[in-house]
Amino acid sequence: MKAALVLTAVALALALQTTLAQLLVGGSAAIDLVLVAVVAVALATGPVSGMLAGSVAGLIQDSLSTGVLGIGGLAKSVIGFLAGAIGQQFILTSALPRFLMFVGATVAHAALFMGLNVLLGLRTFPSPWKAVASQAVGNAVVGVVAFAIIEALPGVIERRRAGRRPRG
Amino acid sequence: MAVIVGHILLISAQVNTQRGVPMLQEVTFGTFAEVQRAATSTFATVHDNWTNYVALQDVRVENAKLKDEIAALQIGLQQERALAQQSRTLQGLLDLKSAVQLKTTAASVIAGGASPEFRTMTIDKGTGDGLSPDMPVLAPAGVVGRIVMPASRAAKVQLLIDRDAAAGAIIERSRAQGVVVGTGTDRFRLDHVPGAADIQVGDRVVTSGIEGIYPKGFLIGQIESLDRKSGEFSDVVVRPAVQFSELETVLVVLTPPANEAP
Repeated sequence: MKAALVLTAVALALALQTTLAQLLVGGSAAIDLVLVAVVAVALATGPVSGMLAGSVAGLIQDSLSTGVLGIGGLAKSVIGFLAGAIGQQFILTSALPRFLMFVGATVAHAALFMGLNVLLGLRTFPSPWKAVASQAVGNAVVGVVAFAIIEALPGVIERRRAGRRPRG
Repeated sequence: MAVIVGHILLISAQVNTQRGVPMLQEVTFGTFAEVQRAATSTFATVHDNWTNYVALQDVRVENAKLKDEIAALQIGLQQERALAQQSRTLQGLLDLKSAVQLKTTAASVIAGGASPEFRTMTIDKGTGDGLSPDMPVLAPAGVVGRIVMPASRAAKVQLLIDRDAAAGAIIERSRAQGVVVGTGTDRFRLDHVPGAADIQVGDRVVTSGIEGIYPKGFLIGQIESLDRKSGEFSDVVVRPAVQFSELETVLVVLTPPANEAP
């Protein structure tokens, strides 16, 4: 059940990333919906699931991109594990802590991803601060809103079902 | 009582009023006129009520029907607009295909990049359509990128705005040469420009073909800003001619530049 949830979240995020993300930001800045999904899964299910989700999602992203296979997978695995571990240690149920969590995860992911690329001599990232900051804020906003919708969904469905039940 | 009334009527029939009209006639007319007025008013009230309220039951149905018709027409109009836009896009591609003396094939964009760190897109043509790595991808507005990974029925295109992408470039006006480099954002950087080069804001930047991938003379973009420090160009920003986020159809050049007709 948990594996199915993780795979569904990753697949949905990838599908949205390849279709909507470019339109949302006009192709200049960028939101990493897959990273948002990995962090959300990690916060909801724990570090091991988060790490597995990050690993699968990162590898698929790598295979669909032009970079070296595994760099994105490794970066997202670490972030998934850390987000899950932090989620178990701290109460992250309100919007602000979650917002900070998504911001922190995006910055850490960027540092890992760029660091690995630079260490291996694959790419350079001259002055990436603006791009990372805008992506962190974008990811955090999307993440907090997505979390709120997902958490509100069971209640809404239950209320609608209760409203349809015949009375008396 | 009846007798008295009979008498009064008899007298009235004979006596004229000051206006010269027989009194009986005036009274009778006046009385019936009031009856007519009341009848007309009643009829008008009934008619108004009927027209404005009761008959509106049908109008409501008709209104709903008309709203449906308007909605259908609006959808039809949008479809016509979409078709017109598609037609314009295809016409642009056709013009480009006619202008390019190379063998080309049109392809539709079926997905954007999976990772924001890499600027790629997926098109619906692959090795089965004759695509191979490093084939240039063009749009009516200018250069898009190159094929980096063709599958049998789809291909991954590295956009020229990707950090790892670059193309030999030339300033159309002054023929000064440089290298356009992707920055991962929606702007290019023009590197390796000689300090003595004649470059101005607004200059058109086209491909030089020196890297052996892109055919020569295709528009890359326009110089948006530049900085010159101690005689050297340090930060030349190029605004792309292509709106990468709005690409729907592109043209893949199947003939390698090395095989270009002289």
